[in-house]
Amino acid sequence: MPAITPEIVAEHGLSPAEYERVLAIMGREPNITELGIFSVMWSEHCSYKSSKKWLKTLPTTAPWVICGPGENAGVVDIGDGQAAIFKMESHNHPSFIEPYQGAATGVGGILRDVFTMGARPVANLNALRFGAPEHAKTRHLVAGVVAGIGGYGNCVGVPTVGGEVEFHPSYNGNILVNAMTIGIADTDNIFYSEASGVGNPVVYVGSKTGRDGIHGATMASAEFSEDSEEKRPTVQVGDPFTEKLLIEACLELMATDAIVAIQDMGAAGLTSSSFEMASKGGLGVEIDLDAVPVRETGMTPYEIMLSESQERMLMVLEPGKEHIAKAVFDKWELDFSIIGRLTDTGRMVLTMGGATVADLPIDPLAQAAPEYDRPWTPGEKLPEVAAADVPERPWGEALLTLIGGPQGSSRRWVWEQYDHMVMGDTVGRPGGDAALVRIHGTKKGLAATSDVTPRYVAADAHQGGRQAVAEAWRNLTAVGATPLAITDNMNFGNPERPAIMGQFVEAIKGMGEACIALDFPVVSGNVSLYNETNGEAILPTPTIGAIGLMPDVEQSVGIGFAAPDQALVLIGAEGSWLGQSWYLAQVAGRAEGAPPPVDLAAERRNGDFVRGLIRAGQVSACHDVSDGGLLVAVAEMAMASGIGADVSVAGPHLHAALFGEDQARYVVATADAEAVLAAAAKAGVAARRLGATGGDALAVNGADEISVAALKKAHESWFPAYMA
Amino acid sequence: MKAAVIVFPGSNCDRDVAVALKRVTGHAPRMIWHRDTALPALDLIVVPGGFSYGDYLRSGAMAAHSPIMAAVTAQAAKGVRVLGICNGFQILTEAGLLPGVLMRNQGLSFICRDVLLKVETSASDFTAGYNAGQVVRIPVAHGDGNYFAEPAVLDRLEDEDRVAFRYCDEGGAPLEAANPNGSRRNIAGILNETRTVLGMMPHPERLADPLLGGTDGAPMFRALAAALS
Amino acid sequence: MKAKVHVTLKQGVLDPQGKAVQHALAALGFTGVGDVRQGKFIELDIAEADPAKAKAQVEEMCRKLLANTVIENYAIDLEG
Repeated sequence: MPAITPEIVAEHGLSPAEYERVLAIMGREPNITELGIFSVMWSEHCSYKSSKKWLKTLPTTAPWVICGPGENAGVVDIGDGQAAIFKMESHNHPSFIEPYQGAATGVGGILRDVFTMGARPVANLNALRFGAPEHAKTRHLVAGVVAGIGGYGNCVGVPTVGGEVEFHPSYNGNILVNAMTIGIADTDNIFYSEASGVGNPVVYVGSKTGRDGIHGATMASAEFSEDSEEKRPTVQVGDPFTEKLLIEACLELMATDAIVAIQDMGAAGLTSSSFEMASKGGLGVEIDLDAVPVRETGMTPYEIMLSESQERMLMVLEPGKEHIAKAVFDKWELDFSIIGRLTDTGRMVLTMGGATVADLPIDPLAQAAPEYDRPWTPGEKLPEVAAADVPERPWGEALLTLIGGPQGSSRRWVWEQYDHMVMGDTVGRPGGDAALVRIHGTKKGLAATSDVTPRYVAADAHQGGRQAVAEAWRNLTAVGATPLAITDNMNFGNPERPAIMGQFVEAIKGMGEACIALDFPVVSGNVSLYNETNGEAILPTPTIGAIGLMPDVEQSVGIGFAAPDQALVLIGAEGSWLGQSWYLAQVAGRAEGAPPPVDLAAERRNGDFVRGLIRAGQVSACHDVSDGGLLVAVAEMAMASGIGADVSVAGPHLHAALFGEDQARYVVATADAEAVLAAAAKAGVAARRLGATGGDALAVNGADEISVAALKKAHESWFPAYMA
Repeated sequence: MKAAVIVFPGSNCDRDVAVALKRVTGHAPRMIWHRDTALPALDLIVVPGGFSYGDYLRSGAMAAHSPIMAAVTAQAAKGVRVLGICNGFQILTEAGLLPGVLMRNQGLSFICRDVLLKVETSASDFTAGYNAGQVVRIPVAHGDGNYFAEPAVLDRLEDEDRVAFRYCDEGGAPLEAANPNGSRRNIAGILNETRTVLGMMPHPERLADPLLGGTDGAPMFRALAAALS
Repeated sequence: MKAKVHVTLKQGVLDPQGKAVQHALAALGFTGVGDVRQGKFIELDIAEADPAKAKAQVEEMCRKLLANTVIENYAIDLEG
């Protein structure tokens, strides 16, 4: 066994102070296996050591929350004895190194987090952020990541129904791949990871263990440098076929009463799964490493414990029920092995070839996990951009630039590579505000979305944090759903830099305020720090994955105009804010200024009003106003339907009215504008008649028409042309 | 109509087609595990979509050798109707129940979207619910849907009126631009000699419910139920 | 005994993956690359020690499963 030198300690990502703590806990020098276990359990990825202090401040409860953060995924009550279980998780670093496998295994990992808890996965989403389109690696990364997500999700047969794709140079060396899964379970059959019952068997199921991904968890916690592309061999390979079998086998076994506790083997594989299960139950665990199914000969204890081979689960079974479990896994042709048992020693003891190869105390290791209060500095407030100082361009030219460019163009090229219809319940396909998936066998639906506007967060992390949550809430509202809860995927740079830590802290504060104002708790999440290369950090990206409940999917509306001769009504204030807008950056060439402020009371008021209209059948189409402002929203509604519209705007600055990114706004189409306006007046909601649908062109104030066909052509062309 | 859906490891449209059959015919089909070797008395066997055996080696190749497939082949020989959708079509060609092979899409990417199909023949229990020449909208979702057969085989399929569906434009023209995957002669679905086995890449079960955006797939299940009840 | 099986597309069958590789090579500056055809390579450990019998076994495996003879050819190498 190698001697434990300071270099080896450093390679394991432990600081000298942290290693001192290791020595104190062990009362001796650890061997390499034990050091490896400390290393992964105390990595940023597993321990949340930089973020924990702030994550704790987020609201996590509501009457409908069954289980908040801390388990494999969050659980919310959706009525009728059912629960939605969901989470979003990043697979950023592996996807940069090997985009196909990195993204694929990201999907596999998040699926396991959800079905581990007893839920059948019913929908996947993903939020992708790539470098500048002109950067040499971007096209290759887009192609690989999209193919990997599709390759995995399509094969397991879970529809990929929504997400985001964005480009920005700050992601040139650190792309973001955030994958989200939603599942449905019965509230009386949810499975947790807390082990119980001294003597109960610990069972390993799924694929065999190989040498893949060793050190993945520590890699995901280390800043990138140019030589990290040589880390390629540590990227794990996904097997969606086995995952599909694992889903079916686990759900079949969960219908019996054989399982005490279950945990998937994600980052840090067997180490973190066995450790967390025993730790939550206040127990010890003995594992015979000779019983672990392995793919290669000569694997060391270190390799077995740190392997990140995919499609594996660990469970604690009821004594005497092993044969039931074995029969299920035999049927699905998956490995099944009793590898150990629970003990009352509070220690993790690993044996191999009859000898003890590691022996560590569980509680002290878990409790002594470092937790840092990292220094942080607040971001500088940027000046507001006055609309009068921004040059006006003809609206048609500006609109075509926005909807036909890298940011605003159609993502069809991406989502047509994902099977978004399998399972036969996709009511709202990709391309709308939120995806809508019917809850199988009912008339209810789950709406799902993923949102964040990183340029806002970079300009003002506090407002940007609020906006990310508010926009997710708005997108769910815009299809008619009642927003339920969120999962947050916090992607940031190096937290050891006070300015980056400041972004993190302020974004969390803003998110927390929005969560409270909108009754929208955080029930699960994931943190990905150190997203920087050679000292250049990504834009701060707290991706918000969110779900909402639609009591009757037939009441939901889409963004496409349902008919001509409908009135258009703008809900919310007139456009005025050009700071950090697409228009300012892409038309005027200035990415600057303070982002739009988020008035949470107005968000709540306007959103509740719009949802009420939709549920009452008073609107036939609805779209929230976000990136690109009012005219981009109306153009998207026209393109989704092939029906034109004429909108009227007034005011001193046409560009601010048309392209300002003021928040808390929606465009609705209705057959009865008078009724909508009267209801708005009564509710104290700002609203005005915006125009009407009809014809086959878009016009502003009755002039300068652009045909919907021309808009579509611009909108649909960029992505395929770029990828060709 | 007594119907069964074969479930292979990796099938993932088995439930979808069962739901569509139940919705249209009122009866849930039997689900048959691939390791079974015998089939009950049936009128219709559905080989569903998905990724049987992960589509490793070649799509459908390993499922075609599953224990149950001998029974399916025997039943097909007796005239029991067999419908293969997507991966099911691939399995039926690999099992020799239909000619040709489904290769990787010409564009190399997986494609999931609604496509337009021209119904080439209404002379089968599968297509009797449509008019010949009718254009219907049905989704595809596949990476290996590029139908290939030797020209002589294609000629024979056409001569015997065994091309069931072709990818087409809104006017029913089988144009190159309307072909999503490079299939020879825009072929999307074919019948066997006795017109009792149909394989098709598009998924009729996915558009048999108005809430999902259309019902052009429903006439296939209705026609089967009418013919086989 | 080890059997190495090469599965290749028959001449005349369009190989989109091969074409994509050819394009990619050209884009990387490898000029002078003509037709590219992509295939599969499968390695089998087999118990049969008699080369003739082993060959016959693998032939059958190829016909039944490893290759689709509608579009693919196969070649077998045996190594003691």
